[in-house]
Amino acid sequence: MTTWMLSLLGGVLIGLSATLLMWLNGRIAGISGIVHGLVSEPHNDSLWRIAFLLGLMIAGGITMRLGDLGTHSRQDFPVLTLVIAGLLVGVGTRMGGGCTSGHGVCGLGRLSLRSLAAVVTFVATAMATVFIFRHVFGVLP
Amino acid sequence: MITRLISALIAGALFGVGLVISRMSDPRVVLGFLDVTGAFNPALLFVLGGAVGVTVLLFRFVLKQPKPLLDSSFHLPTNRSIDARLLIGAGIFGVGWGLAGYCPGPALVALSGDVTEAFYFVPAMIVGGILYRVFALPWTPKP
Repeated sequence: MTTWMLSLLGGVLIGLSATLLMWLNGRIAGISGIVHGLVSEPHNDSLWRIAFLLGLMIAGGITMRLGDLGTHSRQDFPVLTLVIAGLLVGVGTRMGGGCTSGHGVCGLGRLSLRSLAAVVTFVATAMATVFIFRHVFGVLP
Repeated sequence: MITRLISALIAGALFGVGLVISRMSDPRVVLGFLDVTGAFNPALLFVLGGAVGVTVLLFRFVLKQPKPLLDSSFHLPTNRSIDARLLIGAGIFGVGWGLAGYCPGPALVALSGDVTEAFYFVPAMIVGGILYRVFALPWTPKP
């Protein structure tokens, strides 16, 4: 299969996952919301979150190893940048109430204008960030 | 109760496999998509197109049901306002996404795939969420 077919197939699987979780459990498959909910929501609400994340990490990790897709990961990407990026993603998704999956896959699927505004905003600032750090300063790969 | 956990586990597994085979778990592919003025890589358009295509098509039938199969009601966000908190939050998230090429799902998969970068990114992401909750949330006016 060509790369774009795999991308499309992977996207369809993600969409089916979100549909399944909504149809069966009535929950939004938003990864940031599921993660943040583990530390902020009542504990009787934690188990399904843990189950979803376990499934994501076990199946994703195995697929990565089987397909040899993780072994050629980037070398020498600056650690400080990873930490700052992680902090910004944590703060931003908590503040904005969602990430690529919650606002993107699920919010757009519900035809939510709020999610559309979020998606347009984060794609725009992400593209601007890449432009600035890659092409203006030339400091990040 | 146990059926709800099994369905969450299966949904999570589908999601994880989808992220990896679509290559969205590779930050270089993500940054390639975000690099519109450079070596633009359209792969993510197919990922998002496939995922959103399925949810747009199927959510309308799912959400017409009186309730989900395994729970008493749908747990949907009630906040519909497009306010400063949403836009600033989404803007900050985008900067972090553009810096390293990881959003939360791919970062968790990379952690489990033993990708070293994720061991720095994921703890920072969780700390960021907690920091926001501890410092900013008490001052944020309720909508």
